[in-house]
Amino acid sequence: MRLSQKHLTLIVLAVLVALAPAFFPSNFYYRIGALIFVNGLAVTGLVVLIGFAGQISLGHAGFAGIGAYACALAPGYLGLHPGLAMLLGAVLSGGVAWLIGRPILRLKGYYLAVATLGFGILVSMVLANEAKITGGPDGREVAELGLRSALASIGIGLSNAQFWYAATGLSMLAGAWIALNLHDSPSGRALRALHDSEVAARTVGVDVARLKLSAFVISAVYASLSGSLLALMNRFITPDVAGFLHSIELVTMTVFGGVGSVPGAILGAATLTLLPQALTVLQQYENLILGLIMMLVMIFMREGLLPSIMRRLKGKG
Amino acid sequence: MTLLSVDGLGIDFGGLTAVNDVGFSVSPGEIVSVIGPNGAGKTTLFNMISGVYQPQRGKVILDGADVTGLAPNRLAERGLSRTFQNLQIFQRMSVLENAMTGCHLRERGPVLSDLLSLPSSRRRSAVTRARATELLERVGLARASEREASSLSYGALKRLEIARALALEPRILLLDEPAAGCNAVETEEIDHLIAEVAKSGVAILLVEHDMKMVMRISRHIVVLDRGEKIAEGAPAAVSRDPKVIEAYLGTQSVEAGDAVG
Repeated sequence: MRLSQKHLTLIVLAVLVALAPAFFPSNFYYRIGALIFVNGLAVTGLVVLIGFAGQISLGHAGFAGIGAYACALAPGYLGLHPGLAMLLGAVLSGGVAWLIGRPILRLKGYYLAVATLGFGILVSMVLANEAKITGGPDGREVAELGLRSALASIGIGLSNAQFWYAATGLSMLAGAWIALNLHDSPSGRALRALHDSEVAARTVGVDVARLKLSAFVISAVYASLSGSLLALMNRFITPDVAGFLHSIELVTMTVFGGVGSVPGAILGAATLTLLPQALTVLQQYENLILGLIMMLVMIFMREGLLPSIMRRLKGKG
Repeated sequence: MTLLSVDGLGIDFGGLTAVNDVGFSVSPGEIVSVIGPNGAGKTTLFNMISGVYQPQRGKVILDGADVTGLAPNRLAERGLSRTFQNLQIFQRMSVLENAMTGCHLRERGPVLSDLLSLPSSRRRSAVTRARATELLERVGLARASEREASSLSYGALKRLEIARALALEPRILLLDEPAAGCNAVETEEIDHLIAEVAKSGVAILLVEHDMKMVMRISRHIVVLDRGEKIAEGAPAAVSRDPKVIEAYLGTQSVEAGDAVG
């Protein structure tokens, strides 16, 4: 039963999000959790683009940048509520993705990788150079979302860290629900079909260009919302959010955890957000060990962490 | 009565003429086979008719409309479906999902309703699932429906491709060597299936190396050699044609024996 598998995945994710705080040694871990969920949202979008549709992007941090700076700038310049600014960012990212996706999605493989890379670099350069508006490389403050005080007034009192843990956790779950819906839907099947054989997908009537573009726009909106949440949570943002390194980080998390699997990519986001924290005890060897772990996982678990583990469990069971 | 007609079709690949001035027509319910030695241009011809290649010369007329060079998905919308000689299966999807994807034109809808799993989206999937299950039963793959497609045998994959192509509910079906790599029993099953599909009124254009099968089920045969049509007609007449015998003897004497006998 496919339907129950989707629900099972969502239930497991929701239980993990809800119960994890019981094991937190300190309040600091709420923040780590929220960072995992923010990344988890972005990588879920990349599962749609890379895992379902088979199209690579090395520039999705560009959309995270658009989402983040929409929240940083729109309240001041347009007088928009930060929540609406987040929506504006998502619409803007979707629109930009639609515009640039039309020409660049004709490219394949590493040509597409380089073109999207260029887009990401373009966004981060604009954010860094238009200092009068964006604050430049030093970054910029972001307005308070205000939802936490609204919740407090109706009797739900949360610390800042707890509030963002809950807000990002729910966002990530909603994102996972939507991506899992897509997976088993007519559009999702068509996306996965064109991933495996474009020519066969065309011959059954799939409008390949249009569907690739849909996947690109969807994943851009995910990245944008993730950037917005990060900005609102930190109350501060720098152009690094749109930087090349962030794009690479997101793709790495997705592939590391399991590119075709929503919970896999989220596990990848969790592992690669937590691991550097856990490895700080190794001091100067931290990056060495992190690099080694990543190489070993990819050599011995090519499908990524979660799909490989599931396959092994099934094989034994 | 003609559903598909091809006229003066030709294409060159860098200086080399792959297909030149080929013409024939297919009517609903009719099985027309294209035969010829390896490299005669049969698959290239299929690729031009189905929109995978753009023909450089000639015309493809489908149901009275000029569809020359239309994209494959546009041709699918007009009822043209095909299978592939070297299998184009959706490897990472289940057998059922492969067949369901064949119903894409009927099940597609707004992406937004798919993202939110709205009732309309779930209804479309449910209808497709039932239809795809039926088709898998018809080709004898119902039991394998939940398996990953890549785990099927070659002969089963051939049948899966036919099921996927039929899911489109085509008016014309192009089959590129549907029996290649299949054993005698499987070949006979495919043979029956094709005859049955034709009987339901679908026009069938077939490329096949199994001469016994071609002679048995075709109403009309087109013979290609080095990209040109060298003969066409009823099976009995074609197999006696000296030009056909010569083309086969020159390159593939084993099949020539089949063709003559």
